[in-house]
Amino acid sequence: MSEAQQDKATTNAPASAPTGEPPVPKAAVEEAKKAANKKPEPATRAQLVPAGIVGAKMSEIERAVPLDEPPPLPLNSELKVIGKRVPRVDGRLKVTGAAKYTADVRLPGMLFARMVTSPHPHARIRSIDTSAAEAHRQVRAIHILDRVLGNAELRDKSKELPAKFPIVRFAGQPIAAVAATTQAAADEAARLVKVVYEPLPFVVDMDKAREAGAPLVFPGPADQSGSAGGGGGPAGVKQKGNVRGPVRSGPHGQPPGDVEKGFKEADVIVEGEFRTQVQTHSALETHGVVADWKPEGLTVYSSTQGTGSVRDELAEIFKLKKSQVRVVTEFMGGGFGAKFGAGNYGALATHLSKKAGAPVRLMLDRKDEHLSTGNRPDSVQKLRIGARRDGTLTAIHLQSYGTAGTGTGAGTAGPAQNMYECSHISTEESDVFTHAGPAAAFRAPGHPQGCFALEQLIDELAERLQVDPLALRDKIDKSDARREERRIGAERVNWSRRHAPSADKGAVKRGIGVAQAVWYRLINLDSSVEVRLTRDGSVELLSGVQDIGGGIRTALAQVVAEELGLKPTDITLRIGDTAFPNGPASGGSMTTGSITPAARNAAHKLKLQLLEQVAPALDTTPDHLVMRDGVVSRDLPSTSKAYKSMTFKQAAAKLQTEQIAARASRNDDYGGFVFKNEKDAFGFGIGTYGGVQFVEVAVDTETGIVKVERVVAVHDCGRPINPLALESQINGGVLQGISYALYENRILDRNTGKMVNPNLEQYKIAGSRETPVIETILIEEYVGRNSTDAGGIGEPSTIPTAAAIANAVYNATGVRMYEIPMTPAHVLAALKGGAAKKGVNA
Amino acid sequence: MNSFEWTEAKTVEDAVARMGGSSVVKAGGLDLLDRMKEGISTPARLVNIRNVAGLDAIREDAKTGLHLGPLVTLAQLDASSLVRRRYTALADAAGHAATPQIRNVATVGGNLLQRPRCWYFRSEDFHCLKKGGDTCFALEGENQYHAIFGNRVCAIVHPSATATALVALGARLELTGPGGKREVALEDFFVTPEKDVRRENSIGEKELITAVRVPPLSQGTRSVYLKQGEKESFDWPVADVAVVLERSGVRCTRASIVLGAAAPVPLRVRAAEEALEGRAVNEETARVAASAAVRGATPLSRNGYKVPIFETLVRRAIMAAA
Repeated sequence: MSEAQQDKATTNAPASAPTGEPPVPKAAVEEAKKAANKKPEPATRAQLVPAGIVGAKMSEIERAVPLDEPPPLPLNSELKVIGKRVPRVDGRLKVTGAAKYTADVRLPGMLFARMVTSPHPHARIRSIDTSAAEAHRQVRAIHILDRVLGNAELRDKSKELPAKFPIVRFAGQPIAAVAATTQAAADEAARLVKVVYEPLPFVVDMDKAREAGAPLVFPGPADQSGSAGGGGGPAGVKQKGNVRGPVRSGPHGQPPGDVEKGFKEADVIVEGEFRTQVQTHSALETHGVVADWKPEGLTVYSSTQGTGSVRDELAEIFKLKKSQVRVVTEFMGGGFGAKFGAGNYGALATHLSKKAGAPVRLMLDRKDEHLSTGNRPDSVQKLRIGARRDGTLTAIHLQSYGTAGTGTGAGTAGPAQNMYECSHISTEESDVFTHAGPAAAFRAPGHPQGCFALEQLIDELAERLQVDPLALRDKIDKSDARREERRIGAERVNWSRRHAPSADKGAVKRGIGVAQAVWYRLINLDSSVEVRLTRDGSVELLSGVQDIGGGIRTALAQVVAEELGLKPTDITLRIGDTAFPNGPASGGSMTTGSITPAARNAAHKLKLQLLEQVAPALDTTPDHLVMRDGVVSRDLPSTSKAYKSMTFKQAAAKLQTEQIAARASRNDDYGGFVFKNEKDAFGFGIGTYGGVQFVEVAVDTETGIVKVERVVAVHDCGRPINPLALESQINGGVLQGISYALYENRILDRNTGKMVNPNLEQYKIAGSRETPVIETILIEEYVGRNSTDAGGIGEPSTIPTAAAIANAVYNATGVRMYEIPMTPAHVLAALKGGAAKKGVNA
Repeated sequence: MNSFEWTEAKTVEDAVARMGGSSVVKAGGLDLLDRMKEGISTPARLVNIRNVAGLDAIREDAKTGLHLGPLVTLAQLDASSLVRRRYTALADAAGHAATPQIRNVATVGGNLLQRPRCWYFRSEDFHCLKKGGDTCFALEGENQYHAIFGNRVCAIVHPSATATALVALGARLELTGPGGKREVALEDFFVTPEKDVRRENSIGEKELITAVRVPPLSQGTRSVYLKQGEKESFDWPVADVAVVLERSGVRCTRASIVLGAAAPVPLRVRAAEEALEGRAVNEETARVAASAAVRGATPLSRNGYKVPIFETLVRRAIMAAA
């Protein structure tokens, strides 16, 4: 679902205007030329593909398509399996408990481990005495970390006094781990490890960390190497004290224009200062592994959204060949961006397994999970927007600070850079180091924060211009998909009944708000699939891709079934294992758009092989045959009896060998990319995904309680493969957005730097009674860029929710919320004071 | 969690005989398990009273009022038509606590005796006053959910929702120890931090709650419990209020108003009660009483928002009980 801005993409990205179908920027053209010089262009054929939005405007456009790609798929309405609501192929396994997650893995002789973590937010470790733990009769191994993954690291190590053990930079930082024969023994023994600390001054508050003379997290510039796709800001950024930045460019390079000039051209200027909190990922399944070190190689069962990235990181840490490391994730219970790398727990479990000569299980508890495995950075954003009287935006200026704790990547500029057309955009994003656990990519990094500011200010601009917020967006947003989504959503929610701000009498006031999301079309070309057919007619799909919960197993089954004329349940899915062809990490909303074209390409190749072998028996050539409804026949109406046909099973039985297989990878997008990394096959496709959400709230102005009563979420994701799973994902995105807007908050004690709510009791997450009526509507948008034309939805579905709630609260009360979570404390303060109205936080 | 011995008590006498020292009584075990997992409680022996017969009755007698066995669950209180009809505040307090799963297991005795939810108390990272340390971390720390009254020494709020209702209903506890039974008014059972910061009530080391009694209510008495959490599902109150009104005609003859989650003990606000007694109950008097209820509050740096919420809940509860 989550993840996105990998270091390289961020730092090397050229300039462009990335909404809609932007003009391909100069730098990208040069990049593309360079790339073109390196390798010859693949042979292509010109082909008409469907393009446009179903129900709005459809046409066909010509694309140059690589010769080995299958013919274009028609619209979903003409397909049998793709685009239909298919229950998850593994749903029954999950609800009956038969699905085995990492925590369920039990290997013979397996040991249990517990981490030793620091209670101090900043300290030097004087000594570690493991003798008492070693003497515990059930203990089999102890390992002390010599490097902490996730923390940024000093560019110049000589800036800090040498230390025998890593410097502690946040409370909860892993130090060591103990493996024992039972979990209780491991827990007990972990407490026996005696660590002597020299506590050092610390700062956990972002505002305080920015002040001159604040305790330093790093005594010099530091960079986060980024954990295998797990977020992190660009490297080499200038740093003063704890403040690192500003960074002025985004994934698509530096935004265009001169904002000073833009503000001079403006008739109206709106501005505000917005604050968001730190949110932890809080996946139901905590991070964890079972590591099994054997002389011939390492097998790791891991709760990860990137089997490949965990393999690569472990191979690097343990100096193994990638072929010696196997990572398995059969089922996982959520990641949201924090589960890409091996993690300190993964490294520790592997060390322990190596030392003990036995498999080691290390699952984190909820407290470790909150403290050390990542979070969404907080933010304080000063945003200023200038516009002409007709609504045309002339300038957007964003200055944002955020803390990713000991990590980097707290920027919020994505929406400001990408959502609307504006000739002068300037964004300045700074990270502020604090003595708190490092952030990790979290479902649309930076976007819910940025959207909370941008979409409220756009609403304020509409009010100043005395135009409807939707009409203003129609003017400044050139995305056809979002225009259609606004139209559909407004109709569903009955937007026209929306009253003036604070029109309701009485204590409880109701309101309607809207906000929208824009997300990148991210693609990982390193996405491969193998499809096998055996003589008994059984079909298998193999790929390293893992199901983070979005339902990729089912989508892959649908794509293969469609191509072979079968049912999704006819396909055996083997995924989440690096022993299979390399799959993409599940992040950046790119899994479906990356791996389903590979699956279709492989299934198509397999089909051609099969047809080649059976065509003679059907008295024809392969190009005259189709596979439909489990039958291989001439491409004629089914009523035609003139030609021979055979069932799929009969066809398979004619194979000359016991099994045939075809393997394919994701080809380049037809027509190229906005930007592509040659090194790691990671690309920004042309165009955007996004969505528009309408929210109805009730605000009790006497208690400060905000209740979300209804959400209408209208989204696009290219060609929908499985609307049922997509709706689930939108529901999840909306719920996580509500939870972010109203409840969740990592609270660090200002005096000790320790988290006071590292549980799921005081770290508050929306529950059943906070769940509103959610109506999801998917539009079908075809762009003809690959063999399935499918895309992602995990991230866009959570981006606009908080902003839409805030706009609805404004419509209900006439008071703007400049800070989330909108707890009773914040809401009552805002209602009480002009402070909030001025954009200053109470 | 430390290793411990598990023993089953067959009778009240049996349980009392096994208590004391490092033995701890376990009924529903919910609060206890939480504390043991965090290392806040490290009992060597648990005395399970869950299977002691005769401690789970709900019955009413015109003379003596409502009798509750200590093992009556919150779910039973919520579901009992007797409790709901006559002692509505108690049914609602029980029914809005925690989650359905917890309410199915949590007992009223355990609910009254549970330790505070203060995040400093609950974390092994903080050696606070309550645990024998020398600091209340909440006073200068993160105190958004802490006390707005009686918070000079230690700023916990009493966690029991049923206590809020039962104090308002004038409940009494029957306690059984080695020396026999004693009875105490629930209101007097709780101990403020000024008296003893290490405890929240005056139960003896070898005493068990063996009954909760609510005196008979006069005809026309109405009781209301309102809870305001940040969330509705699985959340503690930032404010809860129980109001019991006896009336003669339109006049209030006796009022009992208790604030929960406001102070280290369930807080009876007599000034608010006096503002109603002898007067007609209406928006105006409710407003005056609500204002009196929060007079003298001493909010900390982050919990001033609780004051207007309490004021609102008291007013709304009075109007609902009118």
